Amino acid sequence: MKNEALIANEGFDGAAEKMESIALSLYYGNNLAIQDVPMKVYENTITALIGPSGCGKSTLLRSFNRMNELIPGVKIEGQVLFHGEDLYAKDVDPVAVRRRIGMVFQKPNPFPKSIYDNVAFGPRIYGYQGDLDELVEDSLKDAAIWDEVKDKLDSNGLELSGGQQQRLCIARTIAVKPEVILMDEPTSALDPIAAGKIEDLLQELKEDYTILIVTHNMQQAARVSDLTAFMMIEEERRSGVLVEYNRTNELFTNPIVQSTQDYITGRFG
Amino acid sequence: MAQQTSRNQQEEIFPGKPVKSLGEKNPNIERSHTRGTVFKWIAIGAAGIAVVVLAVLLIDIFSDGTVRLSKDFLTEYPSRHPEEAGIKSAIYGSIWVMVFTVLFSLPLGVATAFYLEEFAPKNKITETININIANLAAVPSIVYGILGLALFVRFFALGRSVLAGALTMGLLILPIIIIASREAIRGVPSSIREASMGLGATKWQTVRHHILPQAFPGILTGTILALSRAVGETAPLIMIGALTFVPFVPGNIETFSDIIADPLALITFAPMDGFTVLPIQIFNWVSRPQAAFHVAAAGAIVVLLIILLSMNALAIFLRYRFEKKGSQTR
Repeated sequence: MKNEALIANEGFDGAAEKMESIALSLYYGNNLAIQDVPMKVYENTITALIGPSGCGKSTLLRSFNRMNELIPGVKIEGQVLFHGEDLYAKDVDPVAVRRRIGMVFQKPNPFPKSIYDNVAFGPRIYGYQGDLDELVEDSLKDAAIWDEVKDKLDSNGLELSGGQQQRLCIARTIAVKPEVILMDEPTSALDPIAAGKIEDLLQELKEDYTILIVTHNMQQAARVSDLTAFMMIEEERRSGVLVEYNRTNELFTNPIVQSTQDYITGRFG
Repeated sequence: MAQQTSRNQQEEIFPGKPVKSLGEKNPNIERSHTRGTVFKWIAIGAAGIAVVVLAVLLIDIFSDGTVRLSKDFLTEYPSRHPEEAGIKSAIYGSIWVMVFTVLFSLPLGVATAFYLEEFAPKNKITETININIANLAAVPSIVYGILGLALFVRFFALGRSVLAGALTMGLLILPIIIIASREAIRGVPSSIREASMGLGATKWQTVRHHILPQAFPGILTGTILALSRAVGETAPLIMIGALTFVPFVPGNIETFSDIIADPLALITFAPMDGFTVLPIQIFNWVSRPQAAFHVAAAGAIVVLLIILLSMNALAIFLRYRFEKKGSQTR
């Protein structure tokens, strides 16, 4: 039953496969957090991860750029392929992984530095040789925040509003040109108008990046994503599993699995 | 109706007089208020004792010592005539010891703190180091003196020098600096680490560009407080044999022109020279029989207190600046 519901793993309009998790399980100490997740992520698409609290959405997301390793006691089984290469292979440096697969966090977390330095930090540590001013400007433009900050690039990033901070964080992420951007509930700390701006921005970013987004908000998933993956807690081992993965409109209008149906109609979770 | 029900329930469940109106005295609440008032006055009394003791101490010392406070007192060497004796060599010695103490203990302490907070694996060895550092902070200072005597004065043959004294003091305040630095490092939010690591920064880049700059004010404050403890320490320096009658300053470097004439002496001759410090000078004068020396001691205590209070004030000022900056940028 499980595999039949993961329709999106069969392909998506001929889009290139960007990443793929194979039988991915993750333990926090002895607690199994996610269990045997198989999932393909396609290039230049937005894939939404939805599901009830504690189902392992964020854990799965963070496994896609090895951010989970910052937490002590994490153990990972299975593989995550990126262009066919396993992120968790022995000779792979997690720093190199995170340079190709960027991340935007739930709570906006700009550095307590100037707006300019926030965006310039990544390029600087990568040893960027080109015109840094231009790169900062382009990144801020791509993150749709340039007009609001162009006159105060020297002021502290923390002086911006929450929504602006989050777009600054997106600018900071795209300044280093990753291929994939992972977003962990990027709008949950924002008001609806600020969230709407980020949603609009996602559609533009999709042209250049592959986006994987965790969201609590089903309307948001329905609005912004091409594909949606539904996760929930499996009863037997109390761990997160991938239940259904399909085109977003299919999953929301015509769910295959009963628990997906229950979740999207608000019967639980 | 609903309100009526809930009040009736309260009367059933909780003992005491039934409450008829909000204005009526409730014995249960009254009793608790009384206890709170009693506790408040006990707390005020306890705090008052500390303030009064400090005030009496300060008034006593200042009334005894201020008569000796003059420019000559600060610029004269000690003498066997109490009226002529000054604390020049003690002030110079204290400064020399402090400078070398910071040079030794600050880098070592901060590096240790960074290792333990950011790099150390969570295992038995790290745990052992943690416990040992906490214990070291509680070791009596005279024990550090014995260690300094055996290790620096004798084994490394540094003699009774500024350097031996500074290294001993450095060991003494090392655990304090480590603990303060760890607190400061821990105070940097983990979201900053995540942001940096998520951008593909290495651990070192994250530490260098984000954690160290943000933790630095806290580290500085902790270091100043640790130093102000070291400034007042006497026992370990007596133990390593710091001199009590010193009619010279380390390296005979008295003025800036001396430094310019022979800058190398700053790191060669002076650190190996004999020295005394303010608390030792005070200790020495207090143990003399002549009353005039006791007055000189009181004068030196006033100077020492002024130095200590200024250092603490600087630490408070830095912390305040840091907190203000923090709240501004939230």
